[in-house]
Amino acid sequence: MVDHLYYTLQLADNALVIGHRLGEWCGHGPVLEQDIAITNMALDHIGQARSLYQHAAKLFNELPQDEKANQFQSVALSLKISNGDALEEDDLPYLRDVWDYRNVLLTEQPNGHWGNTIARSFFYDIFQQLYYTELQKSSDEQLAAIAEKSLKEVAYHVRWSSEWVIRLGDGTAESKKKIQTAINDIWSYTGELFNVSEAEQAMIDKGIAVDTASIKDKWLQRVNEILNEATLTLPEDNWMHEGGKNTQHSEHLGYILAELQYVQRAYPNMEW
Amino acid sequence: MTVRDFQQAFDEKIDKEIAIEPRDWMPDNYRKTLIRQISQHAHSEIIGMLPEGNWITRAPSLRRKAVLLAKVQDEAGHGLYLYSAAETLGISRDEMIEQLHSGKAKYSSIFNYPTTSWADMGAIGWLVDGAAIMNQVALCRTSYGPYARAMVRICKEESFHQRQGYEILLNMSKGTEIQRKMVQESINRWWWPSLMMFGPTDDDSPNTEQSMRWRIKRFTNDELRQRFIDVTVEQCKILGMTLPDPELKWNEERGHYDYGPINWDEFWNVVKGNGPCNKERIATRVKAHEEGAWVRDAALAYSEKQKKRNNKTDHQAA
Amino acid sequence: MPEQDKHKNEWPLWEIFIRSKAGLDHKHVGSLHAADAQMAIENARDVYTRRMEGVSIWVIESKNIHASDPDESSSLYDPANDKIYRHPTFYNLPDELKHM
Repeated sequence: MVDHLYYTLQLADNALVIGHRLGEWCGHGPVLEQDIAITNMALDHIGQARSLYQHAAKLFNELPQDEKANQFQSVALSLKISNGDALEEDDLPYLRDVWDYRNVLLTEQPNGHWGNTIARSFFYDIFQQLYYTELQKSSDEQLAAIAEKSLKEVAYHVRWSSEWVIRLGDGTAESKKKIQTAINDIWSYTGELFNVSEAEQAMIDKGIAVDTASIKDKWLQRVNEILNEATLTLPEDNWMHEGGKNTQHSEHLGYILAELQYVQRAYPNMEW
Repeated sequence: MTVRDFQQAFDEKIDKEIAIEPRDWMPDNYRKTLIRQISQHAHSEIIGMLPEGNWITRAPSLRRKAVLLAKVQDEAGHGLYLYSAAETLGISRDEMIEQLHSGKAKYSSIFNYPTTSWADMGAIGWLVDGAAIMNQVALCRTSYGPYARAMVRICKEESFHQRQGYEILLNMSKGTEIQRKMVQESINRWWWPSLMMFGPTDDDSPNTEQSMRWRIKRFTNDELRQRFIDVTVEQCKILGMTLPDPELKWNEERGHYDYGPINWDEFWNVVKGNGPCNKERIATRVKAHEEGAWVRDAALAYSEKQKKRNNKTDHQAA
Repeated sequence: MPEQDKHKNEWPLWEIFIRSKAGLDHKHVGSLHAADAQMAIENARDVYTRRMEGVSIWVIESKNIHASDPDESSSLYDPANDKIYRHPTFYNLPDELKHM
């Protein structure tokens, strides 16, 4: 069923794109110890992405032949599919085009300075923790298992990004200004976390996906608790960007994929 | 005890292979040489993150991406272990970083070469890490305790680095024609710089004798270089590739491979700062450090505030 | 600039001790920099337990460690050299004797 595939890709693309972004810090962190820490987070997300893409590939391979044929626009992927090849872990991340990616816009936003990255992770990590806690109950056992395994990692991410929000907020005048601005800037990308795409709704109805409405209040409450401690506030403007879940992206994702997919696209059908 | 007694006790320890520990008396020169050597080594790990880090976003599979991230992260860890070892000698990490950024401190010249293809991730793991390991294994028994302990930890972690590099090349060499071409091209670029990693020939290495005496160096540059060449030639055969040295030939009499002349002009030029990437490597590190200053300051300021708040509550509670 | 001011913004140094598995002592593994104790523990987790090396972490700010003076080591430790009767092998007992 194609909605099941789309929904799994939504989860997988989030994991990959944020992992890719965090990985960009490797070698450029503000201090050696934190360079190592943020790379650990990147590795966690990439690991989760791998499990999710394996699952997505399996879901794709189980689709009826006629549904497979016109699923994706990318030439590379279509060729593979029309050859009758079964998809594997790397095919969906490495050969799909921007307009078939389903991650939320939040994850693809650029790293900016340390405060921008922290703000992005902070909103995302708390969301992921609440979301994956519910996902453990998914009727898709594979997704439930991935959620359960990932939660240990996510708990640490929440701790790490929350502590940094507090440190920066309650640190120096400069850091307070920087993190407050970062929070204001990224805030408009958080609404999409709770939007429900068509595929997602179909999966909620089947007990496979999490109903984001059920975690929104908790999310806001936790966010506010930390921001309070950090002497920071949420912006009042509640206008929100959206589109990623429905494959409408910002310009940033194109550049991410240009790098991510470069080797696979330039030298098709080779083992690395 | 007089300085001479201290010196004698120190020499005896060195001769008996008893480790020197941070609070033990040591000659000033031993301390200075160690600080220079360990910090240089630490800087090499940190700068060494950049040529490979450069490919993290372009790794050709999720598995390779994860492995590369973990590897570059290990290098950060190794830099950290080594800075810590140097700090036991009475220099701060900040001072060492300043020396790196100002150009006063050196680092391994190999990292001033660019990584231009994915095969370079393999060649660096196999050749560059392979050469580094030759040195590092020997240093696990170095006379200064904290340095030796850091090296033991590093060596344990390094073996995965070389294996993953070789695996990349092995995979590619079993692949298509273009992949084999990439591998050969990459080996051709990295072979000579890897040999230069062992440093100048023994005749041109004036500090070697003293360092050997102090057991902060356990083999000469040429000994280690020869050992590296001997094992690498055999490994290259399994890849079905060639090394770019027409004079490379087994010498039955010596029991070693003979090799052609190394271009020391190139070596000294890169050391002096004229390598393809010297400026951009340092500029990248300086940028990361400077842009991180407000972050480090914020964390300190927050910790100070917390301490004051805790003192206050303790006080009130009392 | 006076030496102490030059590096006043460096995070303090911490000594890290790790228990590799339940039942064993914490062992010194190295040091790192962190702004506070909490961060030191987390940094230690990220730096020193990446390969499942530990189940518990202690951190102590390096400046709080008190150490014995190596110059006094002969008076501190040599006197133990001639007290071999503290070691079980000092006692010569028949081989038939079991469970002792």
